[in-house]
Amino acid sequence: MPYIPHTSDDLRAMLERIGVRSLDELFDEIPAGLGVDQLPGIPPALSEMEVTRLAGERAAADGQPLNFIGAGAYEHHVPAPVWALVSRGEFYSAYTPYQAEASQGTLQVMYEFQSMIAALTGLDAANASLYDGASALAEACLMAVRAHRRSRAARILVPRTVHPTWRRVARAITEGQGLVLEELPCDPQTGTTPAAALAAQAGTDVTAVVIQQPNFFGQLEDVDALARQARALGALVIAAVNPVALAVLKPPGEWGDDGADIACGEGQPLGIPLSGGGPYLGFMATRIEHVRQMPGRIAGRTVDRDGRPGFTLTLQAREQHIRRGKATSNICTNQGLLMTAATIHLALLGPTGLQRVAEACMARSQELVAALAAQTGVRLLFSGPRFHEAALAFEAPVAPVLEVLAAQGIVGGFDLAGDYPELGQALLVCATETRTSADIARYARALGSLLERTRAA
Amino acid sequence: MSNVPAELRYTKSHEWVRVLPDGSLQIGITDHAQAALGDLVFVEVPEAGRQLSAGDACAVVESVKAASDVYAPVGGEVIAGNELLATQPELINQDPYGQGWILRLQADVDPDSAGLLDAAAYGELSAAGH
Repeated sequence: MPYIPHTSDDLRAMLERIGVRSLDELFDEIPAGLGVDQLPGIPPALSEMEVTRLAGERAAADGQPLNFIGAGAYEHHVPAPVWALVSRGEFYSAYTPYQAEASQGTLQVMYEFQSMIAALTGLDAANASLYDGASALAEACLMAVRAHRRSRAARILVPRTVHPTWRRVARAITEGQGLVLEELPCDPQTGTTPAAALAAQAGTDVTAVVIQQPNFFGQLEDVDALARQARALGALVIAAVNPVALAVLKPPGEWGDDGADIACGEGQPLGIPLSGGGPYLGFMATRIEHVRQMPGRIAGRTVDRDGRPGFTLTLQAREQHIRRGKATSNICTNQGLLMTAATIHLALLGPTGLQRVAEACMARSQELVAALAAQTGVRLLFSGPRFHEAALAFEAPVAPVLEVLAAQGIVGGFDLAGDYPELGQALLVCATETRTSADIARYARALGSLLERTRAA
Repeated sequence: MSNVPAELRYTKSHEWVRVLPDGSLQIGITDHAQAALGDLVFVEVPEAGRQLSAGDACAVVESVKAASDVYAPVGGEVIAGNELLATQPELINQDPYGQGWILRLQADVDPDSAGLLDAAAYGELSAAGH
């Protein structure tokens, strides 16, 4: 099947019908100065054989390192059926078709995904996915400003413990729309956000407060205290959450006295491999009272005229084909394929399976931290409960350590120096259920002898 | 033929305006507008205290087939939104000039000089299918 359905005969017939001689003439209202003849930097076309070889070489250059880096993207085991099923033709183009209701299977997958996200977050309704966790946070901020009827400030408080890339992306997306994202400080002992930092905002107009659980350092925030403080400020609560952690942590819908208003997050841990940073998958859920401010597509369950169950796109008056410039966003279901993978992954694991994954991650991470912190010159940076990541303080500079480890096939963690210079020489490490005791011992041995050589030098 | 009460003023964008005894204005959408929209499923009303200029989008009415903005017929401060509509949007279909009111406004200007239509003029306009 050709990828471009229009043959040159088709094009000629269409142009003739509307009385235009050529494609150039069809577009001649675009000023000539705006056209681009060439795309510099784009190499000449390669054959399939050449591309396959090139891609194989690039992939081999990555190697198969032993991975201890998390920092927002997590290596989990993905059961073989997930991508075997996702690659079936019925799913492979999961973008919502223009005649959506003709594709009942696609809509059912969306509906199942939404139901799972709503169940995990403890909220009423979820959408059929967003681009990724970072842009989901940006969309949650924009949504909070629309949903908060009394706040005029469009001011969102974002803790320093929130993923630094997510903060940058959220700022980049929302700044042009007049939102103000203000940073909340981090407690240097616990690596969490002190509720007192929110209390200090009393009397000011705060539209929403973001709370990430677990936070970027893997530490568990006191979500109940923060949610209560946010409520006392009259602010909405935006939860940024890891879906695997939700199997063992209190869902956002139960935070504080009346729960978070919006939950968002990165769906990558649900069946999506670490393929060089993407494509990943954003998710979002909310309380029913805010649902009309939620961006994205929403599949609903209904009955047809004969009373048979079926699925339909619903609440479409939020969307651009009806609301035009006043739509809640331009988000479609472009991540549909990844949403399908996440849905199948969750369906295979079930609630018990997901909980076992989460518990295994925590156990592995505890083991990793104990093994690494036992090395001279390494200590745990923060106190308090964690999920599956931990920040470690180093006596030696971290970057050269990571370089030597990489040469031995070990990706040792995320160097915090760039985003958190105030922490000194610090490394963020992660172990999921995929790391064995032997893996952890290998990392600890390599690190120990490396640090010993550094001290001796 | 839709109902166009003689005592109200109207806009070309199908809002009606009633001058209440205290001088404030009650505002809603006309019978013609609700019939054109069909069954309403959601209404977003403005918060009290909001300042509006004439022509500002101040409420949203969503039906099974469309979503439309409601525009402020004159400038002023919102005194109240009809909170009943949050759970009973169908009040606009059932009683557009009564229980289906959308907001109350303390106008900045005399509504008589705001260029609003009288019932006869609006009746002609809506009958012409605008």
